[in-house]
Amino acid sequence: MSSLDTIVRLPGLTLKNPVLTASGTFGYGLEFARYGNLADLGGIVVKGLSLKPRQGNPMPRIAETPCGMLNAIGIQNIGVEAFLRDKLPFLPWRETAVIANLYACDAHEFGELAAVLASVEGMAALEVNVSCPNVKEGGVAFGQNPGQIRAVTEEVKRNAGSKPVIVKLSPNVTDIADAARAAVDGGADMLSCINTLMGMAVDIRTRKPRLANVYGGLSGPAIKPVALRCVHQVCRAVSVPVIGVGGIASAEDILDFILVGAHAVQVGTANFMRPDAAFRMASELPALMEKLGIGGLDDFRGSLRA
Amino acid sequence: MLASRNNCQDLRVVRMTPLGGGEGAPPLFELVLSPPGWDFRPGQFVMIRPPEWGLDLVWGRPLSIADVREDGLRLLVQAIGRGTRRLSELRPGQVVTVWGPLGNSFAVEPDKPTLLLAGGIGIAPFVGYARRHPKPENVTLLFGHRLPAESYPLADFGGLRKAEAVREQNPEQLARFIDHLGQTMRGYAHGGLVLACGPEPFLRTVRKLALTLKARAQLSLENRMACGVGACLGCVARNGKDQLVQTCTHGPVFWAEDVFLSEDAAPLGGKP
Ligand SMILES: Cc1cc2nc3c(=O)[nH]c(=O)nc-3n(C[C@H](O)[C@H](O)[C@H](O)COP(=O)(O)OP(=O)(O)OC[C@H]3O[C@@H](n4cnc5c(N)ncnc54)[C@H](O)[C@@H]3O)c2cc1C
Ligand SMILES: Cc1cc2nc3c(=O)[nH]c(=O)nc-3n(C[C@H](O)[C@H](O)[C@H](O)COP(=O)(O)O)c2cc1C
Ligand code: FES
Repeated sequence: MSSLDTIVRLPGLTLKNPVLTASGTFGYGLEFARYGNLADLGGIVVKGLSLKPRQGNPMPRIAETPCGMLNAIGIQNIGVEAFLRDKLPFLPWRETAVIANLYACDAHEFGELAAVLASVEGMAALEVNVSCPNVKEGGVAFGQNPGQIRAVTEEVKRNAGSKPVIVKLSPNVTDIADAARAAVDGGADMLSCINTLMGMAVDIRTRKPRLANVYGGLSGPAIKPVALRCVHQVCRAVSVPVIGVGGIASAEDILDFILVGAHAVQVGTANFMRPDAAFRMASELPALMEKLGIGGLDDFRGSLRA
Repeated sequence: MLASRNNCQDLRVVRMTPLGGGEGAPPLFELVLSPPGWDFRPGQFVMIRPPEWGLDLVWGRPLSIADVREDGLRLLVQAIGRGTRRLSELRPGQVVTVWGPLGNSFAVEPDKPTLLLAGGIGIAPFVGYARRHPKPENVTLLFGHRLPAESYPLADFGGLRKAEAVREQNPEQLARFIDHLGQTMRGYAHGGLVLACGPEPFLRTVRKLALTLKARAQLSLENRMACGVGACLGCVARNGKDQLVQTCTHGPVFWAEDVFLSEDAAPLGGKP
């Protein structure tokens, strides 16, 4: 066993290690309690929550692709009230960071959601998902518009009290650094990047799209190079801590993200490859660091020679 | 509390036995894995993913637990696609990641006349069901299949009241099978129990018959799954309360009147 320090100090939030789980891939956390000790994780980001429960999109809503998958779940969730009543009390929030992922379709609704979550003991931070297809803008996710990212971040920040606010960036933009700067201008304490990449899959036999929604979000090892590039660009553009997300499937992958500047990471689709994936990565990280002669995460972070 | 972990294990392949196939049909095989280290209730399933898939195929594949015996966990598999074909290439000694047992299970009502309806590889969960039933003399199996009967483990159903296998290779045979299905189910409409597992068109036919005959029937769904543990919400089915529920945790077994099957699938007898 290694005695290496893997603690990560973030604004208003300390993680025992850099391994978080990505929203939507770890349910409300409890689903994975049979596969490892939840308290051994750096943190748990729960399924995207909206003010009211949502049914999500029609089936089929997932498809497997080479080294990845497409999903168009449509943020099916039990709503913030049921989450606080039925899930949060059973999570080990005293021992590990439980982070809410907020989903809404306008700044005002985001603010309301943040206000509900801000007062709750046991909620370590709020992560803002700005990927709602914005009806007013003709279906373009408002995560693609820097002005709107800034407005939403300001609204969440205003209502978040002392809770740190993480803004989760979408890669489906021309310049992710612009989006990052907009979020920081709006008051984001941290950024996470990336959310899924828009993709599609079709079936030449039925001549139908494989997802009822036609388009879906691509995730998994297939997107890791894109995610790594985005994290690198964002870390150079802003000075707030960045949480790397996208295709992480091993302890090596975690260090890749820290090398380009990330403070922590989120494990997503790899949780489907085996349900103890995040637990294994968290436990394997210190030994890997030792093997590579990495004394601490703070020294190693951003040390890419480029 | 959140005790009892870790239900994800790396099991070793004890045996890989090809069972049949041919005529252009996807081959069947039996996979025995050890040591399973846990028990199961018939109808439950496991997710299975060999570590050697690397980053290539990201999802495990859901497979019904056919049985757990002294020699290990038994699975019956039909190699229909990328994942199951690669599973068919496993050799003794290789390691496979398995998580489970997952999902709910079929009702066991020992004193009720019970009809097992299997379509093709849908026979898998009934192997353990029949073997563990406290009163097999109350259980009957009706099995519709396309491959030769020898491809399936029908000897495992020896203790039942009756086991009948009907081959449906062409549309007439299929139509006859559906007639036979209806007539047999009629006998279970009052006070009996009907359990079905098979392809979705087959389940839709059983469901329709069950609702018409007012027979108590359970269906085991085979929705596509990514996590198997209720987290991704990719496998949902619409239940009787018009909610979308996870097939992997609220199912795979549903009462016929409490689940809707997707309307756009080809009808039984339509294109495969
Ligand atoms: C709870 C449960 C229990 C199951 N038990 C068994 C079992 O005991 N034995 C067994 O052989 N199979 C079983 N299945 C089905 C099995 O999981 C699928 O056949 C398998 O996932 C297909 O994977 P693949 O990679 O080979 O196919 P893919 O490459 O993913 O798909 C190949 C082709 O098969 C079709 N297909 C894929 N999955 C299904 C499906 N579930 N139903 C109908 N068509 C499908 C696809 O549309 C595609 O055309 C079960 C499924 C569930 C959900
Ligand atoms: C099934 C599924 C559901 C997801 N749901 C959400 C969500 O509710 N909120 C969110 O911000 N991201 C969601 N995501 C995106 C992931 O959190 C993550 O950003 C993305 O999958 C990339 O990481 P990965 O490649 O490790 O999976 C979802 C991803 C998947 C695969
Ligand atoms: S397979 Fe993920 S919720 Fe059922």
